[in-house]
Amino acid sequence: MNAIHCRNINKHFKKKKVIALKEIEFTVPKGETFGIIGPNGSGKSTLVRILSTLLIPDTGSATVFTHDVVKSPMAVRRMINRVSVDAAFFKKLSAWENLRYAARLYGVPKQQARERTLAILDSMGFPKKRFDEPLEELSRGMQQKVAIARSLFTSPILLLLDEPTTGLDPRSKREVQDFIFGLKRQTDITVLLTTHDMAEAETLCDRIAIINGGGFIAVDKAERLKDRFGVNDLEAVFMRSTGREWEESEQDAEDRD
Amino acid sequence: MRARTEIVSTLGFLERNLSLVKRYLGWEIVFMTYNIVNALTIGFIGVTQGKQFVMYLTIGALIWGFLSVLFHEISESVAWERWEGTIEYTFMAPIHRFTQLFGSCLFAIVYGLIRTVLILLAVALFLGLSLKGADLGAAFVVLVVSGLSFIGLGLVAAILPLMSTEKGAQATHIMEAVILLVSGVYYDVSVLPKWLQPLSAFSPATYSLRALRGALLEGQSLAELWPTVLLLLAIGVLLIPLGLIAFNQAEIYAKRTGKLKRNG
Repeated sequence: MNAIHCRNINKHFKKKKVIALKEIEFTVPKGETFGIIGPNGSGKSTLVRILSTLLIPDTGSATVFTHDVVKSPMAVRRMINRVSVDAAFFKKLSAWENLRYAARLYGVPKQQARERTLAILDSMGFPKKRFDEPLEELSRGMQQKVAIARSLFTSPILLLLDEPTTGLDPRSKREVQDFIFGLKRQTDITVLLTTHDMAEAETLCDRIAIINGGGFIAVDKAERLKDRFGVNDLEAVFMRSTGREWEESEQDAEDRD
Repeated sequence: MRARTEIVSTLGFLERNLSLVKRYLGWEIVFMTYNIVNALTIGFIGVTQGKQFVMYLTIGALIWGFLSVLFHEISESVAWERWEGTIEYTFMAPIHRFTQLFGSCLFAIVYGLIRTVLILLAVALFLGLSLKGADLGAAFVVLVVSGLSFIGLGLVAAILPLMSTEKGAQATHIMEAVILLVSGVYYDVSVLPKWLQPLSAFSPATYSLRALRGALLEGQSLAELWPTVLLLLAIGVLLIPLGLIAFNQAEIYAKRTGKLKRNG
C-alpha cells in the first residue's frame, strides 16, 4: 500500500512571483523512510505543508493512504503528524501543558499522553525534571525533542519531519537522529524527512529525492544515485544533477525571498 | 466517539487558555486593575448628576468590557496563534473548525463573565451602587443573547487576520472602535451626528445596552424587553452560521495563497 502518492503537483505563489513546486510526482510505500534533500527555498516545506493539509496545490493531487489531502483533509489529519524546523509551541507554557493541549486535540487520554511522551523524551535524553518548566526556558534542542514527542504520542502512521535537526547542537542532533533511526527499525511507520544534511539523509532514508527550484531532479537509493552520477557523496550528486553548487542554489533562493 | 473527541477538544482550548492566563498572571492583574480603575473613573464622571447617571455609565463600562472581551478573544484567536507560531499545528489537528472556534468562544464567555463580575464588585464597593428595583433575571437573559450576537460578530471578524496577518488584526480593532462609537455605550445614540446615527442600528451593542439599562435602571421585565431580546437572538442566530461559513471560505483562501502559516 502507498503511504503517499503525489501526481503532477504544481504550486506557485503570486505575491512572491515564485514557482514553489513543479510537476512533483512520486510515491512512498508504507513503511519507507523517504528523504527530500535540497537547498533553502527549493520547495521542501511547501510539499510538506501540502501533505499536512495546510496548503492547496494549484494543480495535481496528493493522497495519504488513499485519502486525498484536499478532498478528505480530516481523514488525512488523523493519520499524520509533523515536526517542523521551528519548534512551534506556546513558549510560556510547559512541555506538559503544550502536550496536554495536543492530547486534547487528538483525543488521547491525558495519562496515556503523559506516559507516552515521557517515554519518548527519555529515549532522546530529555531530563524528566524539565517537563514542567516553561518551554522558553529550554534549549532549542530540548524544544525540538518535545516537538518530536508531540508528533509521535498521537500514533501517526505517516510522520512528516521537516528539517527536524536544522539548527540543533551536535549532541541534540545525534540524539534526534538516533531516535529516528530506532523508530524506523522498531516500527512500520512511514517517514517523510526533509533535510539539508546529506549524511543525515544517507543514514536515515531508504530512498532520497533531490529537489531544486521546486522540481525533483532525481529519486533513488543513495548508493544508486552516487553510482548513477559516478560520484562519492550526495552533494556531488546534487552538483552533477543540477549543474550548480549547493551554496549557489541557496543564495538564489534567498534572493527570491 | 467522534462527538466525544470534539467535546474533549473544546475543553482543550478552554484548558490551554486558562493555563496561559495563569502564566501571564502578572499582566492579568495589571489589566484587571486598569479595567477597574477605568470603570471607576467613568462612574465618577456621573457622581454630580446623581446615582441614576452613575449606574447608566457603569452599566456601559461593564457591558462594553464584557462584549469587547468576547469580541477580542474570538476575533484575535487566529492572529494570536500566528504570533505564537502554533497556527499550523492547531489547523492540522483532526478536529472540526467549529470545535476550535467554539472552544475559543467558551473561554471568552467564562473569562468575560469572571472579569465583569470582579469589576462589578469593585465598582459597587467604591460607588455604593444599588440594584434595588432592577430585574436581574431579565438582565441576565439580555446578557446571554447579547453574548451570542457578539460571538457572531467575533467570528466574522476572525476571518480578517486569516486573510491578512497584520492588516486583518488592524481591521478588527477599527471594527471594535466603530461599534464603541455608535452603540451608545456612555451616551444615548441620539447625541451622535445625524449622519452617524443610522450606523447604531447595525450594532447589536446598541440593543444590548438599551435592554440592559431598561432591566437594571427601570426594572423592565422580560415581557417588556421581549422585542429587543428577540432581535438580539435573531442577530446571533444569523451571524454565528454566517461567521462559520465565512471562516471556512477564508481558510480555503488562506490555504490557496499560503497564508495559513506562522509569522516570521
